[in-house]
Amino acid sequence: MSGQSTYTPKSGLEKWIDQRLPLPRLMHDTMTTFPTPRNLNIWYTFGGILTFCLGVQIITGIVLAMHYVANADLAFDSVESIMRDVNYGWLIRYIHSTGASMFFLAVYIHMFRGLYYGSYKAPRELIWIIGVLIYVLMMATAFFGYVLPWGQMSFWGATVITSLFSSIDQIVPHLGTAITTWLWGGFAVDDATLNRFFSLHYLLPFIIAGVVGLHIWALHVPGNNNPLGIDVKSPQDTVPFHPYYTVKDAFYLCCFVFVFAVFVFFAPDFFGNPDNAIKANPLVTPPDIVPEWYLLPFYAMLRSIPQKLLGVLVLVGSLVTLIFIPWLDTSRVRSCRFRPLMKQFFWAFGVDCLLLGYCGSQSVDAVAFGIPLVWAARLGTLYYFAYFWVIMPIVGLIETPKKLPASIAQSVLGEPAAAPAE
Amino acid sequence: MMRIVFPLGLAMGLLASAPTLALDTTRLPEKDVQFSFDGPFGTYDQAALQRGFQVYKEVCSACHSLDHVAFHDLDEPGGLGFTEAQAKAIAAGYKIPADPNDKGDIVDDKGNRLTRPGILADKFPPPYPNEEAARANNDGNLPPDLSMVVKAREGGAHYVYSIVTGFHMTPPKGFTVTSGKYYNPYFEGWNIGMPPPLVANAVTYSDGTKATVEQEAHDVATFLTWASDPKMEERKRIGFGALVFLVALAGLLFMSYRKVWADLH
Repeated sequence: MSGQSTYTPKSGLEKWIDQRLPLPRLMHDTMTTFPTPRNLNIWYTFGGILTFCLGVQIITGIVLAMHYVANADLAFDSVESIMRDVNYGWLIRYIHSTGASMFFLAVYIHMFRGLYYGSYKAPRELIWIIGVLIYVLMMATAFFGYVLPWGQMSFWGATVITSLFSSIDQIVPHLGTAITTWLWGGFAVDDATLNRFFSLHYLLPFIIAGVVGLHIWALHVPGNNNPLGIDVKSPQDTVPFHPYYTVKDAFYLCCFVFVFAVFVFFAPDFFGNPDNAIKANPLVTPPDIVPEWYLLPFYAMLRSIPQKLLGVLVLVGSLVTLIFIPWLDTSRVRSCRFRPLMKQFFWAFGVDCLLLGYCGSQSVDAVAFGIPLVWAARLGTLYYFAYFWVIMPIVGLIETPKKLPASIAQSVLGEPAAAPAE
Repeated sequence: MMRIVFPLGLAMGLLASAPTLALDTTRLPEKDVQFSFDGPFGTYDQAALQRGFQVYKEVCSACHSLDHVAFHDLDEPGGLGFTEAQAKAIAAGYKIPADPNDKGDIVDDKGNRLTRPGILADKFPPPYPNEEAARANNDGNLPPDLSMVVKAREGGAHYVYSIVTGFHMTPPKGFTVTSGKYYNPYFEGWNIGMPPPLVANAVTYSDGTKATVEQEAHDVATFLTWASDPKMEERKRIGFGALVFLVALAGLLFMSYRKVWADLH
């Protein structure tokens, strides 16, 4: 990690270990003394919350895998057996299924926070890009996981998403179909597909954990951004991570777990789809195939494009776009707190994502307030791309940001600056 | 997931003004009935569960399986409240396909499948050996398994109640009931394969409750909710404790947070 280490071994044993494997030093420098801006607000607690979510998913997932049977004939029944016969199986499964939604809820808050405060800007570009990678891995993991209970929505969701690859046929004839067949391990979503999805669903979380390690490592080089978006200038601007942020993170984590528990215990099927309580049946297509809520905005974009290949490209493009954000934003100022114009576009972008999510949850031919939703989704898609590729570069150039405070400490403590600014 | 159901009145209004329009056969919203298990503190009404089980056993089970429910579930806490002896007696009343006998046969001399009495570890046996047999006996319709039906339908117990009480209504003009089907506006498409399952006094309740169609429907909807969600009472009870604990913990953490940060400002 960067910076000077202030670790001093307190015992002979610690000294002995430190000289051979400086793990205690690493923990000390990253989790105890790590200088953290003193003005981080509630939205900065979601990094810790996300680490917690990943841990919960891995632990409950490992236990579920002890009872789950990845077989097209037995998977659905084995899940029901977990719910009914395994001791507290219902609790473990509900934590895992609700946990997926809570994980995405937290990651969306975390990402929007990064967007608002400009946390992707230099020198934190790699933190952001690694974060985008984690997000994409999360989507893949969640998709594989959703297939495992082998209900109707599992099966048909898997069929729809994997069939997207067949659109490559329009570029290279037969290649897309060949890829789809290869992914399925057969000529339809079946036992082979379920088995490989289970294998990947078990593998990916550990890859995510590794990439999260890189994410945190990269974070600890420049340190946290903060709501003011200005650099740390003096030790006065920071507090040690422990106890200041350990206790703050713990409090907000506890509040988050409260919300989590409300869903687990009192509305465990809230995020689910009734059709997934029906065993997969390749001969019966559900009237509406709907993905989980966290994928709905992308599903809306995909469906709003009448041409399949173009739809897939838009879907992929919407994610690839995120990687370029650090260079698309031309503003000298990081935080939207000092960007009166960008702030408005930011909130419009938030509303846009909700609108796309709503469109994705409705049937293709749905109409709301006299507007065909497919057109609402098209406008939403247009704004999604325009926000990053047009608005971000232009607003950064034409906007006059508000005056930045001289330092974090001055902003927090209200002390007059020692010397007149500028 | 969230789904907006457009007010049926609107569809009906359109229909009245323009009778040539295709009929919108979206199902009616579920009937508004109260259940003991509604809300965060709701529990199962044990007497209703036992009555509902009787309705399932004497009426529904003729065509519908209950695949995921085992006889030992009948004496689990938070459920029907039968004793182990009662559950054993109920299980013994069912015939389960037997394992091969000591001659290696699974059929007797007349070709009938050998059976044995059920035990607690058995699941409720299905009424038909396979899907084809079920369809052959029901005009090509497949009676769905009922052990998950409350979870598998939008509207849950209210949906089940509405369906089984939703017969014997006059179809609107312009709607023709398909041959071999029955009119039920609470069913998507309004044509249901199931004949009206309940009549008054279809069962005789031992607790003296009057067996109206509504009473039977309410009881069986309660029973099927339990069949879908047998751990509900335990879940809500543990959940309440967990929330109380989390509030207390959050309170302590908040005070620690204030104390730790106090000297900074």
